[in-house]
Amino acid sequence: MTPFLALLRRDLRLAVRAGSGFGLSLLFFVSVVVVTPFALGPDLALLGRIGPAILWLAALLATLIGLDRLFQADYDDGALDLLFAMRLPLPLAVFAKALAHWLVTGLPLVVVSPVLGLLVNANPQAMAATALTLLVGTPALTMLGAIGAALTVGLRRGGLLLPVLVLPLAVPVLIFAVGATEAMAGDGSGFAPAFMLLVGIVLASLVLAPVAAAAALRAAQT
Amino acid sequence: MIALANPARFAALARRLSPWLIGATAVLFAAGLWFALVASPADYQQGETVRIMYVHVPAAWLSLMAWTLMSLASLGVLVWRHPLADVAAEAAAPLGAAFTFLALVTGSLWGKPMWGAWWVWDARLTSELVLFLMYLGVIALRGALDEPARASRLVAVLTLVGFVNIPIVKFSVDWWNTLHQGESVFRMGGSTIDSSMLIPLFLCAVAFTLLFFTLWLVGMRTALIQRRLRGLRLRAAAEGAPGVSTAIEAT
Repeated sequence: MTPFLALLRRDLRLAVRAGSGFGLSLLFFVSVVVVTPFALGPDLALLGRIGPAILWLAALLATLIGLDRLFQADYDDGALDLLFAMRLPLPLAVFAKALAHWLVTGLPLVVVSPVLGLLVNANPQAMAATALTLLVGTPALTMLGAIGAALTVGLRRGGLLLPVLVLPLAVPVLIFAVGATEAMAGDGSGFAPAFMLLVGIVLASLVLAPVAAAAALRAAQT
Repeated sequence: MIALANPARFAALARRLSPWLIGATAVLFAAGLWFALVASPADYQQGETVRIMYVHVPAAWLSLMAWTLMSLASLGVLVWRHPLADVAAEAAAPLGAAFTFLALVTGSLWGKPMWGAWWVWDARLTSELVLFLMYLGVIALRGALDEPARASRLVAVLTLVGFVNIPIVKFSVDWWNTLHQGESVFRMGGSTIDSSMLIPLFLCAVAFTLLFFTLWLVGMRTALIQRRLRGLRLRAAAEGAPGVSTAIEAT
């Protein structure tokens, strides 16, 4: 087995067996979506219009809030030092860890988003559009969050600092994802440019964010 | 650059430069403000509010320049490990945040009478606001880290990652059709601003830039002294030596 797959399998196993946040970020996602109509009032027309935006905002928060644990457990028990010593380049190791994290936290959000779409009165087209943009966009959020996780590893206040650092970077993802969703939920005009820009940002972050996160991890090591 | 790696030599140079910088800043501010507030005409459409531009535009330019300088300093930290680079980055962050805030506030004050709203979610305004949040993020990250050597490298990584926003702010008026007016000073075919307004704008821009460099130098000197103090305190705490603690009281 290649080191990349071994690392991926280890992280997936840890997430499922050790119960470190697996399912919790999904629960958080659901909670945010459920709480929002209480703040907005049960106006179904309004909810139907802003439903995709609510789902995206909840996904953004759920992704970022769970991410401070990405490197923390390995930092605490010293496994992080082994990552540095692996033959696998550090950016690829970061990529494997982020991918495992996305599989257990990001992917479930995509799967349940149509069900939550019902709660916010989204039409079927909007539900499909939201699920599609979440599937494409959430990996970028996880990757950008990995930079924040690497910067705040070992910090006591890291949990709150990470979203503060990463939210500004996530703004373009949010803009084009919600733009593409609303275009597809509407008459479909303007979908292609927004969606392609989203895909471009996602691809760029898949390549560049692991490098930045790896640089931050190395910098944190003294 | 190599000579300046010695903090004492840098402090001496900064001490000699400071009076000249302060003097030049004062002279240019006097000239710039006189031109901006008295000797330039009111706009035929905007009336007297056009004078906000003489603060707003230089502040906005500096908000971008400060992050660019911080990014260069971050390269200095990560690539060349120049001891002064981190001090420069540390001192520039609050200044950049202040100028970004100034640009946002003056823009808002101008927007209310001209656009009828304090704030609109336009690409230029939004990206500048994001820049402000990133300045605060950099400052927060440095504040959360106890160890200076580690803080310097982590802040440098974050600064370089955040640099992606600088071209977005700069070209937002070209890429998107925004409410904020497009580039009107440096453009192909010459500026669209009349020279009676361009002269005060440039005077103010130079004055603000000199102010930035003056404050930057002061900030760097202060940061150096703070670091030295911290080092002495740590040594005094480790040794408990009376000689060192009197040295601290002397500084």
